[in-house]
Amino acid sequence: MARILLILLATLFLALMVVLPVVAIFHRAFAEGWGTYLASILDPETLAAIRLTVIAALIVLPLNIVFGVASAWVIARYRFPGRRALLVLVELPFAVSPIVAGLCFLLIYGAYGPVGAALEPFGVQLMFNLTGIVLVSLFVTCPFVMREILPVLMVTGEDEEKAALTLGANGWQIFRHVVLPNISWGLAYGTVLTMARAMGEFGAVSVVSGAIRGQTMTLPLQIELLYNDYNATGAFAAATVLTGLALVTLALRGLLERFGPRRAH
Amino acid sequence: MTFEIRDIHKSFAGTEVLKGVSLSLEKGEFIALLGPSGSGKTTLLNIVAGLAHADSGSLVFDGEDITRQPAGQRHFGMVFQSYALFRHMTVAQNIGFGLKVMKGGPSRAEIDRRVAELLEMIELPGLADRFPAQLSGGQRQRVAMARALAIRPRLLLMDEPFSALDAQVRVSLRSEVRALQRRAGVGAIMVTHDRAEADALADRIAIMDQGRIVTIETPEQVA
Repeated sequence: MARILLILLATLFLALMVVLPVVAIFHRAFAEGWGTYLASILDPETLAAIRLTVIAALIVLPLNIVFGVASAWVIARYRFPGRRALLVLVELPFAVSPIVAGLCFLLIYGAYGPVGAALEPFGVQLMFNLTGIVLVSLFVTCPFVMREILPVLMVTGEDEEKAALTLGANGWQIFRHVVLPNISWGLAYGTVLTMARAMGEFGAVSVVSGAIRGQTMTLPLQIELLYNDYNATGAFAAATVLTGLALVTLALRGLLERFGPRRAH
Repeated sequence: MTFEIRDIHKSFAGTEVLKGVSLSLEKGEFIALLGPSGSGKTTLLNIVAGLAHADSGSLVFDGEDITRQPAGQRHFGMVFQSYALFRHMTVAQNIGFGLKVMKGGPSRAEIDRRVAELLEMIELPGLADRFPAQLSGGQRQRVAMARALAIRPRLLLMDEPFSALDAQVRVSLRSEVRALQRRAGVGAIMVTHDRAEADALADRIAIMDQGRIVTIETPEQVA
């Protein structure tokens, strides 16, 4: 009896807190029919926001993979002073509120910040454009790839790499044939998480984007803008795109967890 | 063809783990480094393999100073205590790896032939497509041996190659390893803390203690 009650309670909670809102997004977006929905999505400003979001995510992703693998590697394989500090530092973006992160970036890389001011005479502007969006997205997503790979590297140890070394493999061959296959699932998982976060980030991006309509609005910012403009249909239509991307990410994540090989050991 | 270890010193964080070790190996000779843990034998093996570097002293192979030569260029086959098989590669891919990454190495067909030959030699011809996780401890050990021998090494290095096996398999594998080494005609250095193992395998036994080779003996005759 208690068991049934608990299951009911959990289901009810999930339905109210998770399922209902997601259903509501789609319901509201289609409330005025397909025509209005499509017109909202195909609105030039919304399309521009989708494009910017995807471009930013596609820039962030490879950078994050390279830095994530490199930092995980360094922490797993080398002992050096400050190693523990680095481990904590990499996690910092999880702890800092995104809006605070955005403000910090503005403070340093903005026109009045030390770096921003130094670059300004050369006509280089880092904030209120794609560069700014990419920079803060990198900050908020920086732990994902690294966090997924590090435990795998720790568990597999370095004996296989040493064996490859004695067999005459060079650094690239060791990475390509020994390390990469071992970390590939973690890497894929981290990549999916990074993608989801990079596309959905609101707080940090809202500070540094400058919110120029049709130019520096990412999808989450565009949704807020439409909603504040009393264009609820437009806002919810745009929201279905973001939700759709999130659902795809979720599906990918599920597939990775299900089919990720547990062949090791 | 000889290999000489000359006056090797090595310290870790102020503790001297090798205090001037010298040893020479004749062609095809099997030497066991026997000693308790902490005696420096594994460190010495790693230095020979090129996985660690000596603070002073030198390694000379056939008159050539290889002290600063990178591990990959030494052409020494190494069998690790954990076997260190590549877990996502099949047995055949494991054995062929050293040939595959060789600069100007053999063709794919030649690699396949060599791998088949080695599988035959270690008496596991049917297991080419298995993954390491699907093998018994003894089978893994033999695959590790075949992988090290595939590159036709100038010297075979073994770090406690039997320690992960149960007692029965351990004894039966000894003669097999010895036969493989003889057949390959390659000199070998094996690290062990097991006197019986050293006796059964080695031509000479270098007994190490506290960073020094204390004596070099010939194995006691086993009845």
